[in-house]
Parts: sequence; C-alpha cells; structure tokens
Amino acid sequence: MSTLIALAVVFAELSLLAFGGTNSILPEMQRQTVEVHHWLGEHEFAALFALAQAAPGPNMMVVSLIGWRVAGLAGALTTTAAVATPSSVLTLLVSGAWYRFRDKPWRKALQTGLMPVTAGLLMASAALLTTATTLDWTTAAVTVAATGLFLFTRFNPLLALAAAAVLGALGFVA
Amino acid sequence: MSDTHPTPTLAALFLNFFTIGLCGFGGVGPWARRMVVEQRRWMSAAEFTDMLGLCQFLPGGNVMNLTIALGARFHGIPGAIAAFLGLMTGPVAIVIGLGAIYDQYAGLPAVRHAFAALAAAASALVIANALKIAEPLRKRPLAAAVATVTFVTIALLRLPLLAALPVLALASTALLWRFGR
Repeated sequence: MSTLIALAVVFAELSLLAFGGTNSILPEMQRQTVEVHHWLGEHEFAALFALAQAAPGPNMMVVSLIGWRVAGLAGALTTTAAVATPSSVLTLLVSGAWYRFRDKPWRKALQTGLMPVTAGLLMASAALLTTATTLDWTTAAVTVAATGLFLFTRFNPLLALAAAAVLGALGFVA
Repeated sequence: MSDTHPTPTLAALFLNFFTIGLCGFGGVGPWARRMVVEQRRWMSAAEFTDMLGLCQFLPGGNVMNLTIALGARFHGIPGAIAAFLGLMTGPVAIVIGLGAIYDQYAGLPAVRHAFAALAAAASALVIANALKIAEPLRKRPLAAAVATVTFVTIALLRLPLLAALPVLALASTALLWRFGR
C-alpha cells in the first residue's frame, strides 16, 4: 500500500510539470523511480521506455508500464490515474477561461518563455535515455542511424523500431 | 454549437477515442484531428486547432488533455471521463500485455539483444524529436541560452524538476519578454 501511495505522489507531481507533453518529464521520472526510490535500474527504465514505444496510444504509456512493473495492475492503474488527474483538473478549469485570455499579452509571453525550457527538457530526456541505452558501439550505431532516419526521411518510425529489434534478435547488436 | 456540428453522445465519445487510442502509434494527435474534424465533424478545423493549442500549452499529455477539454465541452465532467477512458483503456491493456510477454521471455539472449537494439532506436526517437523542437532556437541566442541552462540543470546537475521548473519558466518568460527581439 505504501508503494502505491508513493507511486501516486511521484506521478501526480510529474503531471503538473509535464509542459510540452510526457517526454519532457522523462528525466524527473528517471530520477524519482531510479535514483530516489530505487524501484527500477537505469537500464530497466530505458527498456520499459522502449517497450512502451511498441504500444499504440498516447506517448505516455511508459507511465502505466512503470506502475505495472513496480506494483502490478494496481500500480499501473495508480500511476496512470496519478499522472492524468492533476493536469486534467487544470485543463477542465482553464479550458473555459482560455478563450477570454487568448489575446492577452501575458499569455503569449508565457508561451514564448516556456518554449526554450521545453526544448531544454527534451534535450535532457534524449541525453539521459541515450546514456542508458548505449551499451557498446553497436547500440550507439543503431541510435545514430535511427536518428538520421527520423530526421531526414519520412520512413515509418514503427518500421525502424521493428527493424532494430530484428537486427538485435539476429545477434547484430549488443 | 451550430447544427452542422453534431453533439456526440457519451458512448460516441468513448468509442471514437477508443479507436484513436488503438490506431495511433508514436503519438495520437494527427489521428485525433482526422476523427474529430473530418470524420465525425464534432467541431470545425479552427475550433480544433484552438483547443489543441490550449492542450499543448497546459502540462500533461496533449491528446489526453484534448479528451478532457473536448469531452467537457459537450457533456461536462462525464463527457471528459468518457473520452479519457476511451483513449486510455486499450493502450494501457496492451502495454501491460507487452510487459507480461517481455517478463516471460526476457531471459532469452535473442530477446535481450532485440530489446537492447529497440531501446537504442527508441532513444533516437526522443533525440530526433528534441532536435526538431530545438531547431528554431538556432536563430534566437537568448532562447538557446535558456534551453542550455535547462539542459544543464536537469541532465547534468539532476536538480528536482519541481523546484527547477517554476524558476526556469518565470526567468525565461521575464528574460524573453524584456530582451527578446
């Protein structure tokens, strides 16, 4: 029970910090689940993130998966509800007022100000995940090649992920 | 709501977002737009863009916020809950199923290696996404400096986001407001 409460507290806090979507809170999610609470290892965190990419749906499925890993089905429901509730309540409260504020200069200023912070957070997510998933030069090569593919081609990301998994299973990676 | 835009029932909110949850890989935003604006015509493209803009601005998953705002607009809190549960039920069940399968076979070397490679490629998704978001900062040195300070604070110093984010967000807003072009 105390684990469920701790999970709920961690993910509820993350909910209101997730500016720019769930990927921007990956560093804090990793810090809390790996370094503060020792629920997961660093590589396990990265593996769960990778596994969540193979599921359909919103980008935040890693949250449910971490909850499941730490405390089973109750854990998955706890983390999912915890990460959803505070931001949803805020959305409910604000969505009515939003249209009145849309032309206010402070709203534009805040939006402009948040943008580079979000960019920095996403870079931090990328750096921390890559540190955890780079085991040797073959995994580094996969990351570099896939980044190029995602940036410069319209190749289907899911196919790229599947191709990487196949290369790995055949023994070409790691 | 003009009468060219039908009001969905609670069941329609649940079922349509259930479908969106299952078909969207690597983000569901484009699918949500197609369903809401083009297929069901619940709102106009401009209204949708406006609502999505709010949902991207607020913390939390963008499309998750969208289910809340859109559901609430038609049916208040029950509408928000119906759309939200529709979006989340399928993906949560599937990801737990994937976790169980992974646990079962994680001992096999082929599966371990497949996962190492999959994880490396998944990192690439996040790198590419971060680079695309950061690209416009190249021409704005002050904003780029804010992004760099944020990166150092979170990735290198590993400071708690709860303390760091309000300071960074307010400092950034004030700086860009005062000195931004």
